[in-house]
Amino acid sequence: MRADHDARVVIVGSGPGGATFADVVTAAGWDCIILDKGRNHLIDLQPPYALKGDYSNDELKFLYRHFLGPDPLLEPRTYRRSAEIDGERLYTGDVNNLPSTIGGGGVHADGKVPRFREIDFRLRSELGPIDGATIEDWPVTYGELEPYYSEVERVVGVAGVADGPRANPFAAWRSGPYPMPPGPDMHGAVLSAAAAERLGLHPYPAPTAANSEPYDGRPACNNCGFCGYYGCPIHAKGDPVAMLSHALHTGRCEIRPECYVTDVAVDPSGRRATGVRYLDPAGGMHEVTAEFVVLACGAFETPRLLLQCGLGNSSGLVGRNLMYHFQTLTVGGFPFRLHGHRGRAVTHLHDDHIVPDADDLAAAHRAGLPYFRGGIVEHGSAAGPILEAKTYLPGPLHNDSMRRSDLRDRLWVFTMQGEDLPQATNTIDLDPAVVDAWGRPAGRATYAPHDHEVVASAHIAKTLEAVMTEAGAQWTITTTSPPVGELTELDRKNPLGVAPASRHVMGTCRMGHDPATSVVNAESRFHDIDNLLCADSSVFVTSAGYGPTLTLAALSARAAHLLTGTPLPPTSPTPSSPS
Amino acid sequence: MPIWFDENDYETVAAACERLIPRDEASGAPGATAAEVARYVDQLLGAFTFDPPRIWAGGPFSGRHGGDAGFENWIRLRPLDERAWRTRIEGSRGDPERERNGPVIGLQERYRSGLVALGRDFVSVDGTEQDRRLDAVAELKAMLYEHACEGMYGDPVYGGNAGGCGWAFIQFDGDMQPRGYTDAEVEEAGGAS
Ligand SMILES: Cc1cc2nc3c(=O)[nH]c(=O)nc-3n(C[C@H](O)[C@H](O)[C@H](O)COP(=O)(O)OP(=O)(O)OC[C@H]3O[C@@H](n4cnc5c(N)ncnc54)[C@H](O)[C@@H]3O)c2cc1C
Ligand code: SF4
Repeated sequence: MRADHDARVVIVGSGPGGATFADVVTAAGWDCIILDKGRNHLIDLQPPYALKGDYSNDELKFLYRHFLGPDPLLEPRTYRRSAEIDGERLYTGDVNNLPSTIGGGGVHADGKVPRFREIDFRLRSELGPIDGATIEDWPVTYGELEPYYSEVERVVGVAGVADGPRANPFAAWRSGPYPMPPGPDMHGAVLSAAAAERLGLHPYPAPTAANSEPYDGRPACNNCGFCGYYGCPIHAKGDPVAMLSHALHTGRCEIRPECYVTDVAVDPSGRRATGVRYLDPAGGMHEVTAEFVVLACGAFETPRLLLQCGLGNSSGLVGRNLMYHFQTLTVGGFPFRLHGHRGRAVTHLHDDHIVPDADDLAAAHRAGLPYFRGGIVEHGSAAGPILEAKTYLPGPLHNDSMRRSDLRDRLWVFTMQGEDLPQATNTIDLDPAVVDAWGRPAGRATYAPHDHEVVASAHIAKTLEAVMTEAGAQWTITTTSPPVGELTELDRKNPLGVAPASRHVMGTCRMGHDPATSVVNAESRFHDIDNLLCADSSVFVTSAGYGPTLTLAALSARAAHLLTGTPLPPTSPTPSSPS
Repeated sequence: MPIWFDENDYETVAAACERLIPRDEASGAPGATAAEVARYVDQLLGAFTFDPPRIWAGGPFSGRHGGDAGFENWIRLRPLDERAWRTRIEGSRGDPERERNGPVIGLQERYRSGLVALGRDFVSVDGTEQDRRLDAVAELKAMLYEHACEGMYGDPVYGGNAGGCGWAFIQFDGDMQPRGYTDAEVEEAGGAS
């Protein structure tokens, strides 16, 4: 530590992005302080850094009682489709809430962590622009990111298949295998994957950040089934506990929970960050000084913080180009039980809709689009019994409905995380009236999908329904999140609600070479403030059709390696990997 | 003894929930009364009579499938969480800290006024009349049903789902740690019906 700073690096946010950054800089011999406004239920912050026992298989605590935060009464967010349709806001409450807790959204994600493909970093060059969207190439290529993808997969511990008949034929090249083989296939996924194959698709075991065998001192997943939305009681999920634990064990990382960062402090020139200011749990204001400041608050909170302190925004793009994944949910009802409550919630994916075929292109052209791309399709189970029960009507039919369990034990779900095009009009900004428990303006999402997403979803849904039927479903229904068209009463009652339910939030501080058209550079440093960095999915230029977490962690690792002067050597494809 | 309700309110909530999730001898459905759903609601509304408050059960295991039983070790709330949960349960009551975005009507008050509307004699009138009264207070009925579902299929530590009877009826195992499921149990076809 340099005597004139509290730490060499201060990191705001302990989710996958911040945790990865801390792991890399501490391994390089630097020290860091991580501040997070959430509580710590993950890991003892004193040696020997034992993992805590607060997570449990408890639907009430995790789904209805905001155990991992943020509680919408304390930290409301708002949503509107546009100012014209909804005025200042349509809805106040939970908008794309990710946990606010030590570990961030990594704690309760069920951790499907596919990589992006080569083309995803070069969409504008490869497929071209689309009217109304701000599609650009990334300033980083897949090849430059590959070593960091590999490192993050190794650190987190990803179970997957890289080679052979079960591998994903669309996957980008890899420099090595996955650290672990995949865990067991859920019964429903066995059926839906076989059906997908019969219809010419290419399902594969989802690369998952849950141990299929003991790894890095943590046990193998035992398939308890309380996975997505839950902390893992046995800590079989690696992201981000692995990184935080490694960082703490170096003795060079301090984690301060329940510290709410209000400002990035800058010197009089306004071009250098000197640290951050934060409120402690008792409301006392403190300042931490550091040589480098890293924002990893997630792509909703990072722009909110920057807009509050008016920094980093000479391009006017902070908060703009907000992207989610446009979710297409096709459900199928089966005449027999699928016991989807056993296993990791999702065990298979297929990528076919990310690579448009002639039929997709024809559908795109009919809608006046040059092309469209869907996203990964997750083959997964339905929610728990409390949510199921609330879906049925009260009265004498309740019991029969619950015992038959058409909407849980006999239900199978395809969720497509469709690529969402960046649009300058989709934004995070500050709500003019709603405030959080600290009296600071709530973040507001203004978002409406581009035709691209809606057209792709409607077209691909037909295939998803056909696969569901082929798998043995007696009926299928497709919905989207956000809902399209006029809002109906049903939309308002739908558990997914009127605001986008996606927990994949991206694009609000996009990266690029040109300070006029981007917020951070190719090394994730702010153009306006060179010693301020961003280590979350705010930096994404396009959304691709893949879960963002592995890619944001790989970018965070790359930024930290470049910052500390420890870049990883370039990699090349292993002979057996698909290219 | 109920925690927050008086005896009559408790019985009223029990009877009302029983209309929403009734007992059924033929199918073996336990119904809301046998599952002690009213106790779930009472424990939620009276959560702050306990220390720590009964909002978040402990972890990591219930003890039903091995390991030490930890759910009874209720997790402490920090002052901010307490503010949120008191606001949710007690209402904002004019406290500026609880009313940053306007007044919040708490669950206790919503129950209090809803139960008045159902009538003190609710328990003694017949089922048809009970249904009529419930339909007349749609907001209370919706809230009761939400809570009845939570009390029926949530963990027994929260006061309902007595002895796991809600789960048993729907062939759900509930929490499964630290046993989990074997790979074969995950992959193979499930039970028949
Ligand atoms: C149920 C669920 C399933 C998911 N499944 C997948 C999946 O399968 N694959 C995938 O790729 N992604 C998945 N995700 C998304 C994944 O969780 C996120 O992409 C990931 O957590 C983002 O990491 P992050 O580090 O950028 O931000 P976060 O995880 O959101 O962490 C940000 C942290 O910053 C803290 N913070 C924010 N503002 C402040 C402030 N002002 N002061 C102090 N601290 C602050 C927050 O408390 C939080 O802890 C899932 C999410 C959910 C909810
Ligand atoms: S399914 Fe596995 S990884 Fe998920 S919570 Fe259970 S034990 Fe943990």
